[in-house]
Amino acid sequence: MINYLADVVTYSLFRLTPGTRTADALNFFVYDTVKIFLMLSVIIFAVSIIRSFFPPERTKKILSHKRAFIGNIMAALLGVVTPFCSCSAVPVFIGFVEAGVPLGITFSFLISSPMVNEVALVMLWGLFGWKVSLIYIGAGLLVAVFGGLMIGRLKLEGYVEEYVYQVKAGEVEAAELSWRDRLEMAFQYTLQILSKVWIFVVIGIGVGAFIHGYAPEDLLARWAGRDNYLAVPVAVAIGVPLYSNAAGIIPIVYALMEKGMSMGTVLAFMMSVTALSLPEMIILRNVLKPRLIAIFAAIMAVSITLVGYLFNIIL
Amino acid sequence: MLGSGCKNCKDLEVAVRKTLEDLGVEASVEKVEGPGQIVELGVLTTPGLIINGKIKSTGRVPKNEDIAKWIKEEI
Repeated sequence: MINYLADVVTYSLFRLTPGTRTADALNFFVYDTVKIFLMLSVIIFAVSIIRSFFPPERTKKILSHKRAFIGNIMAALLGVVTPFCSCSAVPVFIGFVEAGVPLGITFSFLISSPMVNEVALVMLWGLFGWKVSLIYIGAGLLVAVFGGLMIGRLKLEGYVEEYVYQVKAGEVEAAELSWRDRLEMAFQYTLQILSKVWIFVVIGIGVGAFIHGYAPEDLLARWAGRDNYLAVPVAVAIGVPLYSNAAGIIPIVYALMEKGMSMGTVLAFMMSVTALSLPEMIILRNVLKPRLIAIFAAIMAVSITLVGYLFNIIL
Repeated sequence: MLGSGCKNCKDLEVAVRKTLEDLGVEASVEKVEGPGQIVELGVLTTPGLIINGKIKSTGRVPKNEDIAKWIKEEI
């Protein structure tokens, strides 16, 4: 049906000749924009409802005093369903530490939460298909568990700002929500996310459509194909400053993959965009000493790079 | 009101002040911005709204009518 709509716009409304580059690019743009917005609306709404059952107040109780490994796995999974935005990262971190959640487990949570996010998943699913989207979830959870385990092993508790340990949290139950509240919150949240990302999605799909229609087929095969070992670390490095534009970057990356960028490199790039971000590190500086932030960034960069290589080999 | 200065926190402040004005209620509105203090008050996700010591909402900007309802409850 969306296909039909894209065809009508391309060939009847704009009267473009089928098979030309302009027609190709426009068709791709209309089809993908409509599809992505439909998927974003439905999935963000559904995810918000699920999340209303997992407030961080509950998550921190579940993770309190958990043992390494099992705790890391649970934290990585809960990171996916617990809602919080980067502006709440600091209170959430303090609350977790205060509740006795071990540092490494707190990190598993903090890593998976922004990385396995619904916008990135919809974009991956819509453009690359559900398999890639599942692989991304799996790889994201793997990195979160591994990163948290490493930080737990290294005994870095001394590099958390001292005041964090002095906080005594007020013991308050999270407000009980009715179904009306949940639906209303989900609706509000969906609108909020859509209004925040739509421009990036449109620009991203626009640039992607342009690349799709105009760039030569093997443009990137030589630079970013699987035979170039530098491609993965370079992609990770480029991803660091590109925070919050995950929505816009995925369509571009999709078009780049069509032109020869290999899958592992694509995944590593995506993870670096979502999980390793300068703004988030600046926010975390409120609770972590620079040394711990540096170690965290290094562990993430290395593990994301390894994931990139791994998928370049097996896919 | 609890929040570290993100957009939602500012929206909440505007909503609370407007609701108070509409209702004609005199109240002192206090902003808590330190993350340590926010956690000590029992809130993890900002923005949070506490009226007379009771947590009314966290992690979202509630609708004006809800804020009005909560304020009336606490008068």
